[in-house]
Amino acid sequence: MDAIFLQILNGLDKGSAYALIALGLTLIFGTLGVVNFAHGALFMIGAFCAVTFSQILTLSHKATEPTGTDFLGNPKFDDIMYVHEWFGQSTGDWMIDWAVPLSILFTVPVMIAIGFIMERGLIKHFYNRPHADQILVTFGLAILLGELIKYFYGANPYPTPAPAAFAGSFDFGAMLGFDPNTIIYPYWRLIYFCFAAVVIGAVFAFLQFTTFGMVVRAGMADRETVGLLGINIDKRFTIMFGIAAAVTGMAGAMYAPINSPNYNMGMDFLVLSFVVVVVGGMGSLPGAVLAGFLLGIVESFASMGAVLEVIPGINQIIIYLVAIIILLTRPRGLLGRAGVMED
Amino acid sequence: MSTFNPTRRGLIQTGVVAGAGLALPTYLRADGHSGFTNAPTGDTVTLGFNVPQSGPYADEGADELRAFELAVEHLNGEGDGGMLQTFSSKALDGTGIMGKKVQFVTGDTQTKSDAARASAKSMIEKDGAVMISGGSSSGVAVAVQALCQEAGVIFMAGLTHSNDTTGKDRKANGFRHFFNSYMSGAALAPILAAEYGADRKAYHLTADYNWGYTTEEAVRSSTEALGWETVAAVKTPLTSTDFSSYIAPVIQSGADVLVLNHYGGNMINSLTNAVQFGLRDQTVNGKNFEIIVPLYSELMARGAGANIKGIIGSQNWDWSLEDKLGSRYAGTNAFVKSFGTKYGFPPSQAAHTCYVQTLLYADAVTRGGSFNPCSVDEALTDFEFDGLGNGPTLYRGDDHQCFKDVLVVRGKENPENEFDLVEIVEVTAADKVTYAADHPQFAGGSLGTCNPGA
Repeated sequence: MDAIFLQILNGLDKGSAYALIALGLTLIFGTLGVVNFAHGALFMIGAFCAVTFSQILTLSHKATEPTGTDFLGNPKFDDIMYVHEWFGQSTGDWMIDWAVPLSILFTVPVMIAIGFIMERGLIKHFYNRPHADQILVTFGLAILLGELIKYFYGANPYPTPAPAAFAGSFDFGAMLGFDPNTIIYPYWRLIYFCFAAVVIGAVFAFLQFTTFGMVVRAGMADRETVGLLGINIDKRFTIMFGIAAAVTGMAGAMYAPINSPNYNMGMDFLVLSFVVVVVGGMGSLPGAVLAGFLLGIVESFASMGAVLEVIPGINQIIIYLVAIIILLTRPRGLLGRAGVMED
Repeated sequence: MSTFNPTRRGLIQTGVVAGAGLALPTYLRADGHSGFTNAPTGDTVTLGFNVPQSGPYADEGADELRAFELAVEHLNGEGDGGMLQTFSSKALDGTGIMGKKVQFVTGDTQTKSDAARASAKSMIEKDGAVMISGGSSSGVAVAVQALCQEAGVIFMAGLTHSNDTTGKDRKANGFRHFFNSYMSGAALAPILAAEYGADRKAYHLTADYNWGYTTEEAVRSSTEALGWETVAAVKTPLTSTDFSSYIAPVIQSGADVLVLNHYGGNMINSLTNAVQFGLRDQTVNGKNFEIIVPLYSELMARGAGANIKGIIGSQNWDWSLEDKLGSRYAGTNAFVKSFGTKYGFPPSQAAHTCYVQTLLYADAVTRGGSFNPCSVDEALTDFEFDGLGNGPTLYRGDDHQCFKDVLVVRGKENPENEFDLVEIVEVTAADKVTYAADHPQFAGGSLGTCNPGA
């Protein structure tokens, strides 16, 4: 029982990442009709926004007096951080410690800008091209972005710790009446799940309760009719691209303490997120979220030792098996609309 | 109107002429009649450095390439000479190799066997490389070593730790300076027993490829011999990035030690996940829960950040070795000085092994008086040397494996600088990690005979 509970928790945080990426992915597909294979790269860039913000906070200059010798025996000058000089030692330390949550303030504008540039500079030229062309160009863009990050940051992962206050784990076992230390779960993963829930809720609220969102939803349902009403739907869709990039970027930034960011992490999530979108139903926002959590939990259960003993390697194919079964029984996906991507 | 009536005789004649024409350029190349592949004819000799320039080990590949460049500089008499000053063999004099200036070409292994073989093949066939070196993966090393054996060139392996490289997949044209899984297990076991006791329950997470298997086998057999029990060993896909699903069952397994047979990004992520799940804060079976990483790497330690603190593992070499343990490890400081002055930071063990392998190859050619792979083979067989940073070392002829001291290290709790990541817990003497060439963990392979190619 405790093992099952633990795997559900595992599935929820994994599902959170899938759901957040898939949400952005399906927003772009639903509004612009573009199959964006560079979306995983946006997740990766978001994570590197957190890395960059941490590096900005630790920018320093050399002390004027040597304090010892370096590894070659030459005089060594300590690094003095600007945040300590400007905000004092304790505030500076707090800012560095809380770099990842604070990086959201940096990530959102950067990702919106990147989203705009991507959409206006490249992707809009492929609106009326076949999906295969869109996939090729966005996949090429994903490789380019990955290589750019590798050029500037190297291939090694960057350790990006969560604030010290969230470094430990929560003992669910003790809380739920099981043996202590049998169901422990890292605080930051719980926070990530809550963060994902808030962001998903905010996106739904934005689309559901604002005029802008209403127009976008109408455009997703029938773009031509909305256009005939004199509404510049393209402009709104461009803004939605920026919002989707920001959502995915935030997902990446907050994910940085869970797994150290590296230039290839976008690719790791991209294929799975696409499966999530397809299973949820192309263009369906609730479908993406539902499928994200569902597949996260299924994958987590498939990785249990007891399951692997019976079917070795099942954890590596379970998501695709579920996708095949769902698409065979319900081709439009769990919550997809009829006619989308069926031609 | 002309007609074309081919005859059997005409066809044979045409075929012979065409075949001779096609073969002529090959014959006119030196290797066509010099007795071995890519025999250098001019005043230069070309070496091929095949390292991961993209993919997950690209940082290690970059460090290997830096070391190769430095080695070439030193061989050509440029720079401060590095380890040429401390190397026990004095055959090298800074005039290249046998008077031929050393030049090099590079390839990108991408840490994929197919890509590594393709780039090595290209360096051998198009660039005329007479020796291939480098790499940061055992899968790649085994694949490229087999290619070099077929092609008739020498392979001086870079970072490869699997037993198989000099075990079941050993080849006469291949040589490994780096240590291996067996040596890690043999060096680690007594330290683990001393640090954590002989009554432990271990849970292994193992990368699902040949290096993972041999490392798990080596650590299991050496720790089980001490009295440890292995409660479970789970294979993890090489492509895994989030190990939380694998870490969670560890908590409920009753294990009090987690052995991470992972390397590179896998190690960084699995260790980070294990620490996040609070494993190291737990008390199981009345003992502190411990995590072990059999193969350490400075670059990976940097990637793991604070999570590496206090974690025990093993290394082939460390840049602080001579400072900490004295002149037995002579050559270390000379190399660190050359490397640090040129690049601004200390070299990794991947860089060290690549630098040393280049010097050893050049030395073997010079002592043997020929670039012929069979001459190099003969010169390196049972060659004993010193002054290259690891103390007295033997290149054993039976399997082309180097035998030298092995370091047991621990992630440093209070680093003094960004490069000060590990403390040396123990140096295990070479004789304690030496095994018979037909040891069961290395069985099933044969060196065969050297292949000069051509």
